[in-house]
Amino acid sequence: MAKMTLEELRSLRERVQGDIQKRDIEGKDRRIIIGMGTCGIAAGAKDTLDAFLAALDEHKLTNISVTQTGCMGLCYVEPTIEVIVPGMPNVIYGKVDKKTAKKIVEEHLMAGRLVTDHIFDRPAADIIKKDGGK
Amino acid sequence: MAFRNYILVCGGTACESVKSQQIYQNLIAACKEHDVADEVQIVMTGCFGFCEQGPIVKILPEDAFYVKVKPEDADEIIREHIVKGRQVERLLYDKSGSTRHARVEDIQFYQKQFRIVLRNCGFINPESIDEYIAREGYQALERALFEMTSDEIIEELKSSGLRGRGGAGFPTWMKWNFTRQVKNDIKYVVCNADEGDPGAYMDRSTLEGDPHSVLEAMTICGKTVGANKGYIYIRAEYPLAISRLEIAMAQAREYGLLGNNILGSGFDFDIEIRLGAGAFVCGEETALLQSIEGKRGMPQPRPPFPAVKGLWGQPTVISNVETWANVPVIITRGASWFNKIGTADSKGTKVFALTGKIRNSGLVEVPMGTTLREIIFDIGGGIANDKKFKAVQTGGPSGGVLTEEYLDTPIDFGSLVKAGSMMGSGGMIVMDEDDCIVDVVKFYLDFSVDESCGKCAPCRIGGKSLARILEKITKGNGTVEDIDTMRTIGEAMKKGSLCALGQTTPNPILSSLDHFHDEYLAHIVDKKCPAGKCKDLISYWILEDKCTGCTACARKCPVNAISGARKEVHVIDQNACIQCGACYETCRFDAIEIR
Repeated sequence: MAKMTLEELRSLRERVQGDIQKRDIEGKDRRIIIGMGTCGIAAGAKDTLDAFLAALDEHKLTNISVTQTGCMGLCYVEPTIEVIVPGMPNVIYGKVDKKTAKKIVEEHLMAGRLVTDHIFDRPAADIIKKDGGK
Repeated sequence: MAFRNYILVCGGTACESVKSQQIYQNLIAACKEHDVADEVQIVMTGCFGFCEQGPIVKILPEDAFYVKVKPEDADEIIREHIVKGRQVERLLYDKSGSTRHARVEDIQFYQKQFRIVLRNCGFINPESIDEYIAREGYQALERALFEMTSDEIIEELKSSGLRGRGGAGFPTWMKWNFTRQVKNDIKYVVCNADEGDPGAYMDRSTLEGDPHSVLEAMTICGKTVGANKGYIYIRAEYPLAISRLEIAMAQAREYGLLGNNILGSGFDFDIEIRLGAGAFVCGEETALLQSIEGKRGMPQPRPPFPAVKGLWGQPTVISNVETWANVPVIITRGASWFNKIGTADSKGTKVFALTGKIRNSGLVEVPMGTTLREIIFDIGGGIANDKKFKAVQTGGPSGGVLTEEYLDTPIDFGSLVKAGSMMGSGGMIVMDEDDCIVDVVKFYLDFSVDESCGKCAPCRIGGKSLARILEKITKGNGTVEDIDTMRTIGEAMKKGSLCALGQTTPNPILSSLDHFHDEYLAHIVDKKCPAGKCKDLISYWILEDKCTGCTACARKCPVNAISGARKEVHVIDQNACIQCGACYETCRFDAIEIR
């Protein structure tokens, strides 16, 4: 790169800031945990993971961490993921494909509404009202 | 595509020496093999500080902290953690032996630390200017060039309360202000990276982990005081720090953050590296400036101070690495943020290199006002091998030895001096009951005598005389009068020496004479070394009731001083014994005693 002007430095900082913030975990209390056991991977958990990262990027959400874990025990509805948001119940979603992943980001994380038709555990699936309690 | 995991591999000198470079290469290879190479970013960072447990590999966003990693562990880390989402339990940091601590925030070593100087160490890739820029980097320079006047910058430094971290604790803003007020076409900015205290490596780690912070600070200073040229004086024994600095300087020049017309502001500033040959006295600022000029490194009388008449006779601001690394943060976050940290007369944090008989040795940054006890027992985890704490030496060869009763001393410039030691540059060496104070003091004194430049008599002759007396005492030939003689010589050196080296050489003796008077007397009067370190004052004896006649000691003895038949009690010939301690180390039955 050639020598920069003040404006160029500022726009470079803005561009690279997002990348490094993803590395930072401080202050990130919202978490998406993806089950990456053999069952999850076989059912497409990696595509789900990529879809979550893409959706967060698309909506410029930087304060959410995406981590992996092993099998959550619900192998019949893989890929499974857990979403932890303060002020909302921890929820385990199942059968999360790419499209559902995007929906979870937009509904659960951005709008604060549960995606009821994919909840399989925690809180128990049968007490969830179909309209997400609204 | 966005990365889903970040693997940070420590690239500090300590971890490099235990193959962290190989770990880095193996991690890259393993990522390729498992087809995750484009999903994981692997970064070689600066020092994490927890050198005791190195090499360290940290994985984000899980915040998993892997310790003592070996190159062959790389494949398992990728296969298990990255591909399967299962953390590699056996590599996680484990303090108690029962619970594995997965996350950094659970590790006690980091709990009382607060990182300003080391803010980027162990987080960014020090060889990437973009990563530094992403972490508020060069934002302070922007402000200094386009938004703030020199008056405002100096005012900000003044109200921040920043004092020099090299030892003396002189207010930084005053140095800048002195130089600024001198009307002169040529002025210089110098970074003192000649870190020489035994056991200290704060500055090396800062330069290795975050070189741009120092470059940015020096440029800001240049703008403020009207200097266009800077020098970094660094010892040639720091090859990694030098190469990272060179990379950083090349990147900054390419981006137009060093050189002519920085960011189009019309301000020119560039920096050159000068390598030191490792003379301790060159850490003294006037000697350092002599050395940059190509002369023999010898201190010069002050005043005139370098701020007024320094390098090649021109006004020069000279500060050490840690001081510089604080400056960009103060300008970016503001003095009011900085001066809330620390104590009334010492603001901000201090980095210490914690070494010696401590469980968690490493690099530690704490707010001023933290007590020695917190550093040694909470962060440092206490004394290794469950031995008893004896003393802590702060401030390197210029500092003093502090005993248990001073453990609750808050660490700031004033309190440590009052306790009879000093902050120094930040070396902190912990001693346990097996260390002999006279022996330790003799080590420091020998160091200072070796490193004395010989220019002024109090330091040259005084140091040598003190060393001779100490030698006499450890040989068992000391007299009670020697104690007074050492005090007299020490006080004279403090008053009469030209520079801080000579003035502080007697400090370890003077402080230990106060705190460990009995131990000196034991050497002088009883001709005994209570810790069993001074060879001429100890003898080894075999206990008849414990010796099994295994012959192990006799076989180890290098001078064949041990005799005895198999399965019979052995005897040491005291005339032949050279007190090497080999038999003591070898005996598995505790049958050998030091008297």
